[in-house]
Amino acid sequence: MTVRHQPMIDEWYPVALASQLPPGGRATQLMGTPVLVVADDPIRVVTDDGRDLPVTLRYGHVWTSLGQPAKQLFDIPEADQPGRRLIEVGVVRVRCSPLRAVENFLDIAHFPFVHTDILGAEPHTEVGKYDVEIREKEDEVWATKVQFYQPQAAKSATGGITTDYMYRVPAPTSSVLYKTCPARPGEWDVITLFVQPLQEDLCDVWPWMALFDDETATTDLIHFQQMIFLQDRSILENQIPRLLPLDPGREIPTRADLTSVAYRRWLKRHQFTYGAQLVAQ
Amino acid sequence: MILYDYILSPDAYKVRLLAALVGVKLELRAVDVHPGREHQSEPLRALNPAGSIPILIDGDLILTESAAMLVYLARRAAAEWLGGDDAVDAARVQQWLAFSRRLTEHLGGARATEMLLEPGDLPAMQRASTIDLRELEAALSERRILGQSHLAADRPTIADIACFPYVALAPDGGVSLDPYPSIRLWMRAIRMLPGFIEMPGIHRLHDLKPEPVSPAMPETV
Repeated sequence: MTVRHQPMIDEWYPVALASQLPPGGRATQLMGTPVLVVADDPIRVVTDDGRDLPVTLRYGHVWTSLGQPAKQLFDIPEADQPGRRLIEVGVVRVRCSPLRAVENFLDIAHFPFVHTDILGAEPHTEVGKYDVEIREKEDEVWATKVQFYQPQAAKSATGGITTDYMYRVPAPTSSVLYKTCPARPGEWDVITLFVQPLQEDLCDVWPWMALFDDETATTDLIHFQQMIFLQDRSILENQIPRLLPLDPGREIPTRADLTSVAYRRWLKRHQFTYGAQLVAQ
Repeated sequence: MILYDYILSPDAYKVRLLAALVGVKLELRAVDVHPGREHQSEPLRALNPAGSIPILIDGDLILTESAAMLVYLARRAAAEWLGGDDAVDAARVQQWLAFSRRLTEHLGGARATEMLLEPGDLPAMQRASTIDLRELEAALSERRILGQSHLAADRPTIADIACFPYVALAPDGGVSLDPYPSIRLWMRAIRMLPGFIEMPGIHRLHDLKPEPVSPAMPETV
Protein backbone atom coordinates (compact mmCIF):
# COMPACT_ATOMS: atom_id res chain seq x y z
CA MET A 1 0.00 0.00 0.00
CA THR A 2 1.31 3.40 -0.87
CA VAL A 3 2.36 5.95 1.72
CA ARG A 4 -0.32 8.34 0.52
CA HIS A 5 -2.88 6.29 2.45
CA GLN A 6 -0.95 6.59 5.75
CA PRO A 7 -3.53 8.88 7.43
CA MET A 8 -6.26 6.27 6.89
CA ILE A 9 -3.93 3.39 7.82
CA ASP A 10 -3.62 5.00 11.26
CA GLU A 11 -7.40 4.96 11.88
CA TRP A 12 -9.59 2.36 13.66
CA TYR A 13 -11.86 0.00 11.69
CA PRO A 14 -14.41 -2.69 12.61
CA VAL A 15 -13.40 -6.21 11.55
CA ALA A 16 -15.87 -8.50 13.36
CA LEU A 17 -18.85 -8.71 15.70
CA ALA A 18 -17.36 -9.89 19.01
CA SER A 19 -20.48 -11.96 19.79
CA GLN A 20 -20.46 -13.72 16.41
CA LEU A 21 -16.77 -14.60 16.16
CA PRO A 22 -16.50 -18.27 15.11
CA PRO A 23 -14.09 -20.53 17.09
CA GLY A 24 -11.74 -20.62 14.08
CA GLY A 25 -11.65 -16.83 13.95
CA ARG A 26 -12.59 -14.55 11.06
CA ALA A 27 -10.23 -14.32 8.11
CA THR A 28 -10.82 -10.97 6.47
CA GLN A 29 -8.89 -8.03 5.07
CA LEU A 30 -8.35 -4.40 5.85
CA MET A 31 -7.37 -1.97 3.10
CA GLY A 32 -6.10 -4.86 0.99
CA THR A 33 -4.09 -6.46 3.81
CA PRO A 34 -5.24 -9.93 4.94
CA VAL A 35 -5.90 -10.10 8.69
CA LEU A 36 -7.19 -12.81 11.00
CA VAL A 37 -9.45 -12.00 13.94
CA VAL A 38 -8.45 -14.67 16.47
CA ALA A 39 -11.06 -15.94 18.94
CA ASP A 40 -8.64 -15.96 21.89
CA ASP A 41 -9.37 -14.42 25.26
CA PRO A 42 -8.69 -11.56 24.82
CA ILE A 43 -9.52 -11.35 21.10
CA ARG A 44 -6.47 -10.69 18.88
CA VAL A 45 -6.07 -9.43 15.33
CA VAL A 46 -2.97 -10.63 13.47
CA THR A 47 -1.54 -10.13 9.99
CA ASP A 48 -0.22 -12.89 7.70
CA ASP A 49 3.34 -12.13 8.77
CA GLY A 50 2.42 -12.62 12.41
CA ARG A 51 2.16 -8.98 13.48
CA ASP A 52 -0.28 -8.33 16.35
CA LEU A 53 -2.43 -5.29 15.59
CA PRO A 54 -3.95 -2.99 18.22
CA VAL A 55 -7.42 -4.13 19.32
CA THR A 56 -10.35 -2.28 20.86
CA LEU A 57 -13.67 -3.92 21.77
CA ARG A 58 -16.46 -1.36 21.60
CA TYR A 59 -20.05 -1.05 20.38
CA GLY A 60 -20.24 -4.86 19.99
CA HIS A 61 -17.48 -4.90 17.40
CA VAL A 62 -13.80 -5.76 17.26
CA TRP A 63 -11.84 -2.70 16.07
CA THR A 64 -8.28 -2.68 14.81
CA SER A 65 -5.79 -0.58 12.88
CA LEU A 66 -2.96 -1.40 10.50
CA GLY A 67 -1.01 1.61 11.74
CA GLN A 68 -0.59 3.54 14.94
CA PRO A 69 -3.79 5.35 15.88
CA ALA A 70 -3.06 8.75 17.39
CA LYS A 71 -6.38 8.72 19.25
CA GLN A 72 -8.58 6.18 20.99
CA LEU A 73 -11.68 5.01 19.13
CA PHE A 74 -14.28 7.80 18.99
CA ASP A 75 -16.74 7.96 21.86
CA ILE A 76 -20.49 7.46 21.58
CA PRO A 77 -21.64 8.45 25.09
CA GLU A 78 -25.18 7.16 24.43
CA ALA A 79 -23.80 3.62 24.19
CA ASP A 80 -23.39 3.60 27.99
CA GLN A 81 -26.73 5.24 28.79
CA PRO A 82 -28.95 2.96 30.91
CA GLY A 83 -32.15 1.73 29.28
CA ARG A 84 -30.89 1.63 25.72
CA ARG A 85 -31.01 -1.57 23.73
CA LEU A 86 -27.83 -2.26 21.80
CA ILE A 87 -28.63 -3.98 18.51
CA GLU A 88 -26.03 -5.83 16.43
CA VAL A 89 -27.32 -5.88 12.86
CA GLY A 90 -24.60 -8.07 11.29
CA VAL A 91 -22.46 -7.66 8.21
CA VAL A 92 -23.37 -6.87 4.60
CA ARG A 93 -20.76 -6.78 1.82
CA VAL A 94 -21.08 -4.01 -0.74
CA ARG A 95 -19.10 -3.51 -3.96
CA CYS A 96 -18.58 0.19 -3.45
CA SER A 97 -16.04 2.61 -2.05
CA PRO A 98 -16.16 2.63 1.78
CA LEU A 99 -16.40 6.42 1.56
CA ARG A 100 -19.43 6.17 -0.73
CA ALA A 101 -21.15 3.91 1.82
CA VAL A 102 -20.73 6.60 4.47
CA GLU A 103 -21.74 9.42 2.15
CA ASN A 104 -24.97 7.64 1.20
CA PHE A 105 -25.74 7.25 4.92
CA LEU A 106 -25.43 11.04 5.29
CA ASP A 107 -27.90 11.75 2.50
CA ILE A 108 -31.56 12.49 3.17
CA ALA A 109 -32.76 13.43 -0.30
CA HIS A 110 -32.93 9.82 -1.52
CA PHE A 111 -35.36 8.67 1.20
CA PRO A 112 -38.63 9.10 -0.75
CA PHE A 113 -37.23 7.33 -3.80
CA VAL A 114 -35.22 4.46 -2.29
CA HIS A 115 -36.98 3.93 1.05
CA THR A 116 -40.44 4.71 -0.28
CA ASP A 117 -43.25 4.80 2.31
CA ILE A 118 -40.76 4.08 5.11
CA LEU A 119 -38.20 6.87 5.49
CA GLY A 120 -39.84 9.14 2.94
CA ALA A 121 -42.72 9.44 0.52
CA GLU A 122 -43.61 11.45 -2.53
CA PRO A 123 -44.55 14.29 -2.73
CA HIS A 124 -42.75 15.14 0.55
CA THR A 125 -39.35 15.26 -1.14
CA GLU A 126 -38.00 18.65 -0.12
CA VAL A 127 -34.97 18.72 2.16
CA GLY A 128 -35.24 21.84 4.29
CA LYS A 129 -32.33 24.06 5.23
CA TYR A 130 -30.05 22.55 7.86
CA ASP A 131 -26.73 23.39 9.51
CA VAL A 132 -23.39 21.75 8.71
CA GLU A 133 -20.04 22.34 10.35
CA ILE A 134 -16.64 20.79 10.78
CA ARG A 135 -16.17 20.99 14.55
CA GLU A 136 -12.56 21.94 15.05
CA LYS A 137 -12.15 20.81 18.66
CA GLU A 138 -13.63 17.36 18.12
CA ASP A 139 -12.37 17.23 14.52
CA GLU A 140 -15.70 15.80 13.37
CA VAL A 141 -18.29 16.62 10.70
CA TRP A 142 -21.72 17.48 12.13
CA ALA A 143 -25.06 18.18 10.46
CA THR A 144 -27.80 19.46 12.75
CA LYS A 145 -31.38 20.76 12.55
CA VAL A 146 -32.17 18.27 9.81
CA GLN A 147 -35.91 17.64 9.47
CA PHE A 148 -37.76 15.28 7.20
CA TYR A 149 -41.30 13.95 6.88
CA GLN A 150 -41.35 10.18 7.29
CA PRO A 151 -44.24 7.72 6.94
CA GLN A 152 -42.57 5.11 9.22
CA ALA A 153 -39.44 6.58 10.76
CA ALA A 154 -38.64 3.64 13.01
CA LYS A 155 -39.96 0.21 13.85
CA SER A 156 -41.67 1.76 16.89
CA ALA A 157 -43.36 4.53 14.86
CA THR A 158 -47.02 3.94 14.10
CA GLY A 159 -47.71 6.75 11.68
CA GLY A 160 -46.09 9.55 9.71
CA ILE A 161 -44.04 12.06 11.70
CA THR A 162 -41.60 14.85 10.99
CA THR A 163 -38.34 13.39 12.18
CA ASP A 164 -35.39 15.40 13.50
CA TYR A 165 -31.94 14.19 12.60
CA MET A 166 -28.33 14.91 13.48
CA TYR A 167 -25.46 13.36 11.61
CA ARG A 168 -21.94 12.97 12.85
CA VAL A 169 -18.77 11.67 11.15
CA PRO A 170 -16.13 10.95 13.80
CA ALA A 171 -13.87 8.77 11.62
CA PRO A 172 -13.40 8.44 7.86
CA THR A 173 -15.53 5.31 7.48
CA SER A 174 -17.86 5.58 10.48
CA SER A 175 -20.97 7.67 10.90
CA VAL A 176 -23.39 8.15 13.78
CA LEU A 177 -26.96 9.23 13.19
CA TYR A 178 -29.17 10.69 15.91
CA LYS A 179 -32.89 10.75 15.21
CA THR A 180 -36.18 11.46 16.95
CA CYS A 181 -36.99 8.63 19.33
CA PRO A 182 -40.72 7.86 18.94
CA ALA A 183 -40.80 5.88 22.19
CA ARG A 184 -39.09 8.53 24.32
CA PRO A 185 -39.51 12.15 23.20
CA GLY A 186 -36.55 14.29 24.24
CA GLU A 187 -34.03 11.51 23.68
CA TRP A 188 -32.26 10.59 20.45
CA ASP A 189 -32.13 7.13 18.94
CA VAL A 190 -28.59 6.29 17.82
CA ILE A 191 -28.00 4.43 14.56
CA THR A 192 -24.48 3.91 13.31
CA LEU A 193 -22.80 2.73 10.17
CA PHE A 194 -19.38 1.20 10.78
CA VAL A 195 -17.62 0.47 7.50
CA GLN A 196 -14.69 -1.91 7.12
CA PRO A 197 -12.68 -0.95 4.02
CA LEU A 198 -11.63 -4.20 2.33
CA GLN A 199 -10.41 -2.56 -0.88
CA GLU A 200 -10.87 0.87 -2.40
CA ASP A 201 -14.11 -0.31 -4.05
CA LEU A 202 -15.23 -3.06 -1.69
CA CYS A 203 -16.39 -2.91 1.92
CA ASP A 204 -18.09 -4.82 4.70
CA VAL A 205 -20.74 -2.71 6.41
CA TRP A 206 -21.66 -3.26 10.07
CA PRO A 207 -24.73 -1.27 11.12
CA TRP A 208 -25.28 -0.98 14.89
CA MET A 209 -27.95 0.73 17.00
CA ALA A 210 -28.55 2.01 20.54
CA LEU A 211 -32.28 2.56 20.90
CA PHE A 212 -34.94 3.32 23.46
CA ASP A 213 -37.62 0.79 22.53
CA ASP A 214 -39.01 -1.58 25.13
CA GLU A 215 -41.63 -3.16 22.91
CA THR A 216 -40.26 -4.17 19.54
CA ALA A 217 -38.66 -7.62 19.29
CA THR A 218 -34.90 -7.54 18.63
CA THR A 219 -35.36 -9.52 15.43
CA ASP A 220 -37.81 -6.92 14.12
CA LEU A 221 -35.34 -4.12 14.91
CA ILE A 222 -32.54 -5.97 13.07
CA HIS A 223 -34.79 -6.62 10.09
CA PHE A 224 -35.95 -3.01 9.88
CA GLN A 225 -32.34 -1.85 9.62
CA GLN A 226 -31.39 -4.65 7.20
CA MET A 227 -34.35 -3.74 5.01
CA ILE A 228 -33.25 -0.10 4.89
CA PHE A 229 -29.62 -0.92 4.20
CA LEU A 230 -30.38 -3.53 1.52
CA GLN A 231 -32.51 -0.95 -0.28
CA ASP A 232 -29.40 1.23 -0.38
CA ARG A 233 -27.06 -1.54 -1.48
CA SER A 234 -28.23 -1.87 -5.06
CA ILE A 235 -27.93 1.91 -5.46
CA LEU A 236 -24.43 1.98 -3.96
CA GLU A 237 -23.19 -0.75 -6.29
CA ASN A 238 -24.26 1.26 -9.32
CA GLN A 239 -22.76 4.65 -8.47
CA ILE A 240 -20.34 6.11 -11.00
CA PRO A 241 -17.47 6.84 -10.62
CA ARG A 242 -16.90 3.99 -8.18
CA LEU A 243 -14.43 6.03 -6.13
CA LEU A 244 -15.68 9.10 -4.28
CA PRO A 245 -14.61 12.27 -6.12
CA LEU A 246 -12.97 14.75 -3.75
CA ASP A 247 -12.26 17.42 -6.34
CA PRO A 248 -15.07 19.50 -7.79
CA GLY A 249 -15.82 19.02 -11.45
CA ARG A 250 -17.36 15.59 -11.70
CA GLU A 251 -20.48 16.13 -9.63
CA ILE A 252 -22.59 19.19 -8.95
CA PRO A 253 -23.89 19.32 -5.37
CA THR A 254 -27.14 21.02 -4.38
CA ARG A 255 -28.09 22.61 -1.06
CA ALA A 256 -29.40 19.25 0.19
CA ASP A 257 -25.87 17.84 -0.24
CA LEU A 258 -24.19 20.17 2.27
CA THR A 259 -23.29 17.30 4.60
CA SER A 260 -21.63 15.46 1.75
CA VAL A 261 -19.73 18.57 0.74
CA ALA A 262 -18.40 18.98 4.30
CA TYR A 263 -17.56 15.27 4.54
CA ARG A 264 -15.57 15.39 1.30
CA ARG A 265 -13.80 18.57 2.39
CA TRP A 266 -12.91 16.99 5.75
CA LEU A 267 -11.64 13.82 4.03
CA LYS A 268 -9.45 15.89 1.74
CA ARG A 269 -8.13 18.03 4.59
CA HIS A 270 -6.92 14.89 6.40
CA GLN A 271 -5.79 13.09 3.25
CA PHE A 272 -8.30 10.33 3.98
CA THR A 273 -8.17 9.21 0.36
CA TYR A 274 -8.48 5.41 0.39
CA GLY A 275 -11.58 4.90 -1.78
CA ALA A 276 -11.44 8.44 -3.16
CA GLN A 277 -10.77 9.88 -6.59
CA LEU A 278 -8.51 12.89 -6.33
CA VAL A 279 -8.36 14.42 -9.77
CA ALA A 280 -11.58 15.13 -11.63
CA GLN A 281 -11.66 13.11 -14.83
CA MET B 1 -51.89 -18.62 8.21
CA ILE B 2 -48.51 -18.11 9.87
CA LEU B 3 -45.37 -17.48 7.83
CA TYR B 4 -41.96 -17.80 9.47
CA ASP B 5 -40.37 -15.02 7.53
CA TYR B 6 -37.12 -13.22 6.86
CA ILE B 7 -37.15 -9.82 5.17
CA LEU B 8 -34.09 -10.65 3.04
CA SER B 9 -35.18 -14.18 2.01
CA PRO B 10 -36.33 -14.35 -1.62
CA ASP B 11 -38.14 -17.63 -0.89
CA ALA B 12 -40.12 -15.99 1.91
CA TYR B 13 -40.78 -12.98 -0.34
CA LYS B 14 -42.36 -15.29 -2.98
CA VAL B 15 -44.97 -16.28 -0.44
CA ARG B 16 -45.55 -12.73 0.80
CA LEU B 17 -45.80 -11.53 -2.80
CA LEU B 18 -48.37 -14.10 -3.91
CA ALA B 19 -50.35 -13.58 -0.70
CA ALA B 20 -50.46 -9.85 -1.46
CA LEU B 21 -51.45 -10.44 -5.09
CA VAL B 22 -54.31 -12.81 -4.23
CA GLY B 23 -55.42 -11.00 -1.07
CA VAL B 24 -54.51 -13.55 1.62
CA LYS B 25 -53.56 -12.16 5.02
CA LEU B 26 -50.45 -13.74 6.53
CA GLU B 27 -49.38 -13.57 10.14
CA LEU B 28 -45.63 -12.94 9.89
CA ARG B 29 -43.12 -14.27 12.43
CA ALA B 30 -39.72 -12.68 11.88
CA VAL B 31 -36.81 -15.12 12.18
CA ASP B 32 -33.31 -13.78 12.96
CA VAL B 33 -31.55 -15.58 10.10
CA HIS B 34 -28.63 -13.17 9.77
CA PRO B 35 -26.70 -12.69 11.97
CA GLY B 36 -28.55 -14.80 14.58
CA ARG B 37 -28.95 -18.10 12.62
CA GLU B 38 -32.26 -18.63 14.44
CA HIS B 39 -33.58 -20.75 11.54
CA GLN B 40 -31.19 -23.47 12.65
CA SER B 41 -32.24 -23.30 16.30
CA GLU B 42 -33.96 -26.24 18.04
CA PRO B 43 -37.50 -24.76 18.07
CA LEU B 44 -37.42 -24.03 14.34
CA ARG B 45 -35.77 -27.33 13.46
CA ALA B 46 -38.65 -29.01 15.27
CA LEU B 47 -40.94 -27.38 12.68
CA ASN B 48 -38.58 -27.83 9.74
CA PRO B 49 -35.77 -30.37 10.09
CA ALA B 50 -34.08 -28.87 7.03
CA GLY B 51 -33.45 -25.68 9.03
CA SER B 52 -34.58 -23.43 6.18
CA ILE B 53 -36.89 -20.42 5.89
CA PRO B 54 -39.78 -19.89 5.08
CA ILE B 55 -42.19 -22.16 6.96
CA LEU B 56 -45.95 -21.83 6.41
CA ILE B 57 -48.37 -23.13 9.01
CA ASP B 58 -52.12 -23.34 8.58
CA GLY B 59 -53.80 -25.43 11.26
CA ASP B 60 -52.23 -28.89 11.11
CA LEU B 61 -50.52 -28.19 7.80
CA ILE B 62 -46.80 -27.40 7.92
CA LEU B 63 -45.13 -26.51 4.62
CA THR B 64 -41.38 -25.97 4.25
CA GLU B 65 -41.05 -25.71 0.46
CA SER B 66 -41.94 -22.36 -1.05
CA ALA B 67 -43.31 -23.94 -4.25
CA ALA B 68 -45.80 -25.93 -2.19
CA MET B 69 -46.78 -22.75 -0.36
CA LEU B 70 -47.50 -21.02 -3.67
CA VAL B 71 -49.71 -23.94 -4.75
CA TYR B 72 -51.53 -23.84 -1.43
CA LEU B 73 -52.18 -20.09 -1.49
CA ALA B 74 -53.35 -20.17 -5.11
CA ARG B 75 -55.62 -23.18 -4.58
CA ARG B 76 -57.12 -21.56 -1.48
CA ALA B 77 -57.65 -18.05 -2.83
CA ALA B 78 -57.20 -17.64 -6.57
CA ALA B 79 -57.04 -20.83 -8.64
CA GLU B 80 -56.33 -18.92 -11.87
CA TRP B 81 -52.79 -18.49 -10.57
CA LEU B 82 -52.28 -22.26 -10.98
CA GLY B 83 -52.35 -21.93 -14.78
CA GLY B 84 -54.31 -23.97 -17.30
CA ASP B 85 -55.75 -27.43 -16.74
CA ASP B 86 -54.55 -29.25 -19.81
CA ALA B 87 -51.54 -31.55 -19.71
CA VAL B 88 -49.09 -29.14 -21.33
CA ASP B 89 -49.96 -26.12 -19.19
CA ALA B 90 -50.01 -28.08 -15.93
CA ALA B 91 -46.67 -29.68 -16.72
CA ARG B 92 -45.18 -26.35 -17.73
CA VAL B 93 -46.04 -24.83 -14.35
CA GLN B 94 -44.44 -27.80 -12.60
CA GLN B 95 -41.37 -27.50 -14.82
CA TRP B 96 -40.81 -23.89 -13.73
CA LEU B 97 -41.53 -24.62 -10.08
CA ALA B 98 -38.79 -27.26 -10.21
CA PHE B 99 -36.54 -24.92 -12.19
CA SER B 100 -36.91 -22.33 -9.43
CA ARG B 101 -34.99 -24.68 -7.12
CA ARG B 102 -32.00 -24.26 -9.42
CA LEU B 103 -32.33 -20.50 -9.10
CA THR B 104 -32.36 -20.81 -5.31
CA GLU B 105 -29.26 -22.95 -5.40
CA HIS B 106 -27.25 -20.95 -7.95
CA LEU B 107 -28.41 -17.31 -7.88
CA GLY B 108 -29.41 -17.58 -4.23
CA GLY B 109 -26.09 -19.20 -3.35
CA ALA B 110 -24.14 -16.51 -5.18
CA ARG B 111 -26.13 -13.81 -3.39
CA ALA B 112 -25.63 -15.34 0.08
CA THR B 113 -21.91 -15.69 -0.57
CA GLU B 114 -21.36 -12.30 -2.15
CA MET B 115 -23.60 -10.26 0.12
CA LEU B 116 -23.89 -12.03 3.48
CA LEU B 117 -20.48 -13.77 3.40
CA GLU B 118 -21.87 -17.32 3.59
CA PRO B 119 -19.35 -19.98 2.54
CA GLY B 120 -19.61 -21.11 -1.09
CA ASP B 121 -17.85 -21.39 -4.46
CA LEU B 122 -18.89 -18.02 -5.89
CA PRO B 123 -17.48 -18.35 -9.45
CA ALA B 124 -19.05 -21.81 -9.85
CA MET B 125 -22.45 -20.54 -8.66
CA GLN B 126 -22.21 -17.50 -10.94
CA ARG B 127 -21.42 -19.73 -13.94
CA ALA B 128 -24.37 -22.00 -13.13
CA SER B 129 -26.57 -18.90 -12.72
CA THR B 130 -25.66 -17.74 -16.21
CA ILE B 131 -26.79 -21.07 -17.69
CA ASP B 132 -30.09 -20.77 -15.79
CA LEU B 133 -30.65 -17.19 -16.96
CA ARG B 134 -29.93 -18.07 -20.58
CA GLU B 135 -32.51 -20.86 -20.42
CA LEU B 136 -35.05 -18.48 -18.89
CA GLU B 137 -34.26 -15.76 -21.45
CA ALA B 138 -34.76 -18.22 -24.33
CA ALA B 139 -38.09 -19.41 -22.93
CA LEU B 140 -39.38 -15.88 -22.32
CA SER B 141 -38.27 -14.74 -25.79
CA GLU B 142 -40.24 -17.59 -27.30
CA ARG B 143 -43.30 -16.67 -25.23
CA ARG B 144 -42.98 -13.08 -26.40
CA ILE B 145 -42.93 -14.13 -30.04
CA LEU B 146 -46.17 -15.97 -29.30
CA GLY B 147 -47.54 -12.72 -27.89
CA GLN B 148 -47.40 -13.74 -24.21
CA SER B 149 -45.66 -12.02 -21.34
CA HIS B 150 -45.51 -14.80 -18.78
CA LEU B 151 -43.86 -18.17 -18.35
CA ALA B 152 -46.62 -20.74 -18.33
CA ALA B 153 -49.89 -19.21 -19.50
CA ASP B 154 -51.39 -16.10 -21.06
CA ARG B 155 -51.52 -14.63 -17.57
CA PRO B 156 -49.20 -14.60 -14.54
CA THR B 157 -49.07 -17.86 -12.60
CA ILE B 158 -47.23 -19.27 -9.61
CA ALA B 159 -44.48 -20.25 -12.09
CA ASP B 160 -43.64 -16.56 -12.56
CA ILE B 161 -43.77 -15.84 -8.84
CA ALA B 162 -41.51 -18.83 -8.09
CA CYS B 163 -38.81 -17.65 -10.52
CA PHE B 164 -39.07 -13.87 -10.18
CA PRO B 165 -37.33 -13.04 -6.86
CA TYR B 166 -33.96 -14.75 -7.32
CA VAL B 167 -33.77 -13.52 -10.91
CA ALA B 168 -34.56 -9.93 -9.94
CA LEU B 169 -31.90 -10.09 -7.20
CA ALA B 170 -29.22 -11.58 -9.48
CA PRO B 171 -27.07 -8.39 -9.26
CA ASP B 172 -26.83 -8.96 -5.47
CA GLY B 173 -24.75 -12.02 -6.32
CA GLY B 174 -22.63 -10.21 -8.88
CA VAL B 175 -24.62 -11.52 -11.86
CA SER B 176 -25.71 -8.83 -14.32
CA LEU B 177 -29.14 -8.85 -15.98
CA ASP B 178 -28.01 -6.51 -18.76
CA PRO B 179 -27.72 -9.30 -21.40
CA TYR B 180 -31.35 -10.46 -20.96
CA PRO B 181 -33.97 -8.10 -22.47
CA SER B 182 -36.84 -10.59 -22.30
CA ILE B 183 -36.15 -11.24 -18.63
CA ARG B 184 -36.18 -7.51 -17.94
CA LEU B 185 -39.52 -7.01 -19.72
CA TRP B 186 -40.97 -10.00 -17.84
CA MET B 187 -39.79 -8.53 -14.52
CA ARG B 188 -41.42 -5.26 -15.42
CA ALA B 189 -44.70 -7.07 -16.18
CA ILE B 190 -44.59 -8.67 -12.73
CA ARG B 191 -43.78 -5.39 -11.02
CA MET B 192 -46.82 -3.85 -12.78
CA LEU B 193 -49.27 -6.34 -11.24
CA PRO B 194 -51.94 -4.72 -9.04
CA GLY B 195 -51.05 -5.35 -5.40
CA PHE B 196 -47.34 -5.93 -6.11
CA ILE B 197 -45.13 -5.54 -3.05
CA GLU B 198 -41.37 -4.96 -2.99
CA MET B 199 -38.50 -6.39 -1.00
CA PRO B 200 -35.08 -4.84 -0.32
CA GLY B 201 -33.24 -4.89 -3.65
CA ILE B 202 -36.44 -5.10 -5.72
CA HIS B 203 -37.84 -1.63 -6.16
CA ARG B 204 -41.36 -0.69 -7.11
CA LEU B 205 -42.13 0.85 -10.48
CA HIS B 206 -42.43 4.52 -9.51
CA ASP B 207 -39.24 5.21 -11.45
CA LEU B 208 -40.92 4.03 -14.63
CA LYS B 209 -44.10 6.07 -14.76
CA PRO B 210 -44.81 7.27 -18.29
CA GLU B 211 -43.56 10.71 -19.26
CA PRO B 212 -46.34 13.27 -19.02
CA VAL B 213 -47.54 14.32 -22.47
CA SER B 214 -48.28 17.97 -22.94
CA PRO B 215 -51.14 18.82 -25.33
CA ALA B 216 -49.14 21.84 -26.47
CA MET B 217 -46.25 19.64 -27.49
CA PRO B 218 -47.42 16.29 -28.83
CA GLU B 219 -44.99 13.39 -28.61
CA THR B 220 -44.59 13.25 -32.36
CA VAL B 221 -42.99 16.70 -32.59
